[in-house]
Amino acid sequence: MSSAAELIAGFRPQMLKFARLQLQDDAAGEDAVQEAIEAALAGLDRFAGRAALKTWLFTILRHKIIDLLRERGRSVQISSLEREDEDMDAAFDALFSASEHWRPDSRPQPWADPHAALEQRQFWLVFETCLEALPARTARVFMMREFLGLETDEICSTLALTSSHCHVILHRARAGLRQCLTRGWFGSEPAPC
Amino acid sequence: MLTCKKATHLMSASLDRPLNRRERFTLRLHLLLCRGCRAFREQIGLLREISAGFARWRDGGRE
Repeated sequence: MSSAAELIAGFRPQMLKFARLQLQDDAAGEDAVQEAIEAALAGLDRFAGRAALKTWLFTILRHKIIDLLRERGRSVQISSLEREDEDMDAAFDALFSASEHWRPDSRPQPWADPHAALEQRQFWLVFETCLEALPARTARVFMMREFLGLETDEICSTLALTSSHCHVILHRARAGLRQCLTRGWFGSEPAPC
Repeated sequence: MLTCKKATHLMSASLDRPLNRRERFTLRLHLLLCRGCRAFREQIGLLREISAGFARWRDGGRE
């Protein structure tokens, strides 16, 4: 069987090239190839012939790569989603005192003449910027609700969210847009109450 | 007594679902006493109007 091990070693450069290309990461590529070769050597009695060996090796490697990409996709996507949501929640929490009442300097003040704003192109550009600043999923839920007029139940089931999660997202979007418009158009919130 | 933070959640929820009696009562009481939350409620209500206006502006060629 040492000749099979030699054959496997002979495929290593090709496997490396393949793995590095797929993963865009040399170290991860090397690890994937190493794991694939070890798995192949452990199951060496299950192949016949050189062509079969190559196909089999690359099948093992492909599965390793897919697992890694899935894992990476999950962790990148979820952690960046959560980070953006957490940032928004932190900005909202900062408006309140420890007892969850408005801090004097961040208590909402009435917007001056909001309907006049709706007549101005510049206002829509500010609103557009505020929308774009929302995390992608938050913006999506808000737009499904307010632009498409879908009911919350429909949005939740389409996006596979629980209804309480949907409400949390909508609250986050509204609070964020309110704060953004206050800062970006209606002027900062003055202290006196 | 409802905190302002919890009141903002009820105010947002009221735009998406009917509040139950208890929620309506505690929120109404809170709003009577809290000017900041009254402004918050008005503004998130306006967001609905603003969103509809924005969609028209965007679909009408952004003029």
